[in-house]
Amino acid sequence: MDAAADAGRPVPWQEAVIERIAQQTARVRSLFLRPQHWRPFTPGQHLDIRLTAPDGYQAQRSYSVASAPAEEGVYELVVERLDDGEVSPYFHDVAEAGDAIEIRGPFGGHFAWQASDGGPLLLVGGGSGVAPLLSILRHRALAAPDVPALLLYAARGWDDLIARDELLRRDEAEAGFDLVLALSRDRPRRPQDAGRRVDAAMLGDALARLGGPPRLTFVCGANPFVEAVTAPLLDLGLDPATIRTERFGG
Amino acid sequence: MVTRGFTGRRPASEVADRIPPGQSLTADFPVLSAGPTPRVSLEDWSFTLKVGPRPVKRWTWEAFNALPQTSVTRDIHCVTKWSKLDTPWQGVLVDDLLTDAGIEPPTPFTLAHSFDGYATNVPVADLVGGRAMVATHYDGRPLTPDHGGPARLLVPHLYFWKSAKWINGLQFTERDEPGFWELRGYHIYGDPWREQRFSGD
Repeated sequence: MDAAADAGRPVPWQEAVIERIAQQTARVRSLFLRPQHWRPFTPGQHLDIRLTAPDGYQAQRSYSVASAPAEEGVYELVVERLDDGEVSPYFHDVAEAGDAIEIRGPFGGHFAWQASDGGPLLLVGGGSGVAPLLSILRHRALAAPDVPALLLYAARGWDDLIARDELLRRDEAEAGFDLVLALSRDRPRRPQDAGRRVDAAMLGDALARLGGPPRLTFVCGANPFVEAVTAPLLDLGLDPATIRTERFGG
Repeated sequence: MVTRGFTGRRPASEVADRIPPGQSLTADFPVLSAGPTPRVSLEDWSFTLKVGPRPVKRWTWEAFNALPQTSVTRDIHCVTKWSKLDTPWQGVLVDDLLTDAGIEPPTPFTLAHSFDGYATNVPVADLVGGRAMVATHYDGRPLTPDHGGPARLLVPHLYFWKSAKWINGLQFTERDEPGFWELRGYHIYGDPWREQRFSGD
């Protein structure tokens, strides 16, 4: 299901029912969408969604898929509430289980990882930028548990961490997976975590914990976050061709 | 299909007809790129015009900036669904590059190449006649690295992935050869008004 295999074939819009909504944090919820025709995907890819007002006005957005492809039939999207947004407040304040929206995809062939890509994997996520990295981690645990992976996950506080319990559990249970948390406005709860923003020292430690240069690095978050992560990674000697980025916001 | 409870936020009526289908207006200038921002010093910067594999003209930063300068104000549209109106750019029109090189377009297609290995295909017809430039300034200031500085292609009438950041050359090709995103499922041409986002659209 790489992009080339889909080349030239139009991907239609289709209806998807919101099967379930899970509150992740005060500002973030997960939507579990069940489309009429579920398409397999590569972890890291995104889904386009479309909302239509009664007069025909439409709004489209793209959201990374957070679920693993093994969860057939469903796509999990992680939606952060942007107070001045047009679409995210709808998902937070209006949408309920049983509602239907339109979706298209998943799409994207670069910020994507499949088991055959191998590792070690360095994953760096800021805020809701962790969503596509969750898909990669969930897939890795099932499809390639021997691939070493480290997630450096930055958030404001302990209670802002999306999928926190799952990630802590994976850190305990999965031999090849390491979790390091960077909390910019909170105290660290575990010795390997930090109570500050991601910086060069933290990235250097993450590389050391990984035990070797990453074959691929995925960085996802707001643009200033991605810049603040990738610049020190280049200073630390990583090959820019191995670093893939997904950025959002201004 | 009407979405229950969705009303939406419409753009002001005076700009509504400047926003292509599926796009939303932004006042920010979001940054999208596939990898880290490359570090390009002006001493190392150059721009090469090629016909197939053959270089026909190369400009240093100094020589490039001595070419005729043009300012344009255009609406831009990113495939990630934002549009930004009235963006002010300054740079060198592709027409003026060809004039300085003393060539007519030898083929109908090009690939724009970048310092980070990125490439994107643009037909010649979309580059000439004042339709495209190699931009070095945005809003009166040198283009910042995260927005593609020192120089980026500006083809404002196509989705913005065609406006290659960190451009270092333009290559005429015999065929319409897909570039980086075009090989990864994105549309070969990318007209926002026909919503040509993905292959097959």
